[in-house]
Amino acid sequence: MIAAIVTIAGLSTVFGLLLGYAAIRFRVEGDPIADQIDALLPQTQCGQCAFAGCRPYAEAIAAGEAEINRCPPGGEATMIALAELLGRDPVPLEDEDAAEKPKAVAYIVEAECIGCTLCIQACPVDAIVGAAKQMHTIIDDECTGCELCLPPCPVECIHMHPIGETIQTWQWPYPKEAAKGATHG
Amino acid sequence: MAEPRNIWTFRGGLHLDDHKAVSTGRTIEPASIPERLVLPLQQHIGQAAEVLVKPGDPVGKGQLIARASDYVSASIHAPTSGKIVAVEQRPVAHPSGLSDHCIIMDSDGEDTWGELPPAWPDYTERSAAELRERIRWAGVVGLGGAVFPTAVKVNTSGQRAIDTLIINGAECEPYISCDDALMRAHPEDILDGIAILRHIIGAHECLIGIEDNKPEAIEALRHAIETRGERDIEVVVVPTLYPSGGEKQLIKLLTGREVPTNSLPASVGVLCQNVATAVTVANAVLHGRPLIERIVTVTGQGIRQPGNYRALIGTSADRLVAKAGGYSEHIHQLIFGGPMMGFSLRSDQVPITKATNCLLAASQAEAPNNDPERPCIRCGECARVCPVQLLPQQMLWHTRAHDFDKVQDFHLFECIECGCCAYVCPSHIPLVQYYRFAKTAIWTQEREREKSDLARRRHEARQTRLERIEAERKARLRKKKEALEKKPAAQDDDPKKAAIEAAMQRVAAKKAAQQNPEPAGKD
Ligand code: SF4
Ligand code: SF4
Ligand code: SF4
Repeated sequence: MIAAIVTIAGLSTVFGLLLGYAAIRFRVEGDPIADQIDALLPQTQCGQCAFAGCRPYAEAIAAGEAEINRCPPGGEATMIALAELLGRDPVPLEDEDAAEKPKAVAYIVEAECIGCTLCIQACPVDAIVGAAKQMHTIIDDECTGCELCLPPCPVECIHMHPIGETIQTWQWPYPKEAAKGATHG
Repeated sequence: MAEPRNIWTFRGGLHLDDHKAVSTGRTIEPASIPERLVLPLQQHIGQAAEVLVKPGDPVGKGQLIARASDYVSASIHAPTSGKIVAVEQRPVAHPSGLSDHCIIMDSDGEDTWGELPPAWPDYTERSAAELRERIRWAGVVGLGGAVFPTAVKVNTSGQRAIDTLIINGAECEPYISCDDALMRAHPEDILDGIAILRHIIGAHECLIGIEDNKPEAIEALRHAIETRGERDIEVVVVPTLYPSGGEKQLIKLLTGREVPTNSLPASVGVLCQNVATAVTVANAVLHGRPLIERIVTVTGQGIRQPGNYRALIGTSADRLVAKAGGYSEHIHQLIFGGPMMGFSLRSDQVPITKATNCLLAASQAEAPNNDPERPCIRCGECARVCPVQLLPQQMLWHTRAHDFDKVQDFHLFECIECGCCAYVCPSHIPLVQYYRFAKTAIWTQEREREKSDLARRRHEARQTRLERIEAERKARLRKKKEALEKKPAAQDDDPKKAAIEAAMQRVAAKKAAQQNPEPAGKD
């Protein structure tokens, strides 16, 4: 009996030490859960979730400090993906209206731009090029549509252009919505 | 021919009424020149072509007006002489009904050729690379409907050596007969194209696969081969079974070789080209002429004079319909392509492109079934007929569940959208539409993922930059502070301070001097 207790105690000590050592020796840098969450967020960096960008929001979700329904650009799809990742129940979006807004990119009415550089400072992804007192312009492909450059502009020359559907980005509709249209497909 | 060649079989497939006699009754009608041509920049797989002209430019027939912008891309030429009118968005033949970038030109009716590259009747003196470059210049793409750039397809360097060139004359989809008409009328040109293709890829054998419902075409080609004394070219007759003209299906039928999943035919030593593509290759090399027209089958009960018509690329579909006698009272739906793989057009004011093999003016009876979908009864018919041996029912489940990873595990992207499964489904489930939905949804997801990865990288780069600038600013402040803290004892020695002090004393003295006299005077 005593021998058994001693053996078990000994074993648990040994394994405990082993595990402790492994935890230190093979420590994963960073926070893997936050990384996985961040990978699902749309990276618009708009701050509508009330965090300073997608990464901070991801960290807050990982720490259990924020709900998964606060990202309007990601919409329902992102919320469901997060729910699946974290094994939580899906919840209704906090701001449904914001989520329904069509995707857009900002553009600068170049004739009106005074070259104040305020928008450059606001853009989270450096999608605006220009220099002091020079006309500014936005690189379409890099703009995430976060709208953060709109409020700082003193002459309100930045507008949002909805991204239209093109042949290249068009999606076949889900069958029920399209009883007609395609042939046997 | 010594002994009849062994024909293999592929699994699945369907026996369908071919409805081809409707359109093969008359000879091919020559092309007419419309006043206006609309040329989409994207008529092929790959990147859209890059425009080389601007409104007002005069162009000659065959002049390059938009060039291949990437390796996988195809050039576009003026189909006749005239003047460029605009470069803008126009509705194109696409299931979405959306517009795309097009070059719009007006013809001058002269139809005069512009400058063309030299004809190469002596092409055997040319290297494979030179010939590929010529094919690339000519904007040749697969004319069987796949519209993949031919210059890319025939570049087999770095792949397994090609021993067999397969020429696809199967034309298995019902109603379509443009390849049949071409084989009957121009077997010589096809043989020319074959000779050039063989020279490029070094295939020692060529098999021309034709379904047994085209006896005239088979006869015409066999006759041409015999007259020319061609060796190592053989017409192989395959049974009529849809979709025998699918690339992998035809390779299996003719050679018994199975092209593995996710692989090209080159992996089994085969290269496949459509008959019309072979003719275009011959035109490009032997005559220095680009791809500017094609044969289109205009057929169905909804048209008065069904037949095969040559059309300049860019001709409006409604014009071709008019040429075919206009719509009959049975017209119900205009379909781009055949009844199995085509899609219905919302408007006939769209241009004929390199991809247009057929315009099917379908009557109600010919139009695809739109019966409401019923629940799947798990009969397994769909899997039985699938020529790729996929599991359509499983792909349907996972598509409905929006589980795109799973659909891909069931090889969604191997589906050739032949429509066999949907055709036999007793529950009228539009299976292919589910797969098309899933494919495009997956592409959208991938695009969005790329975009968000780019945004993340840029955001992180900016973050690092801002942190660095902040750190530098702090470092500067710290240095200044340290400098200040070091010096308090030496304050009096500071020449600046002393100078300011002295100046202040002087001012004070002046003020005192100005103020004193007055009170003194008052006193
Ligand atoms: S709302 Fe969404 S996109 Fe915007 S910063 Fe937050 S997580 Fe990123
Ligand atoms: S044919 Fe239709 S009903 Fe039968 S298993 Fe396939 S999807 Fe289900
Ligand atoms: S459409 Fe796709 S799944 Fe259906 S039979 Fe054809 S290849 Fe198979």
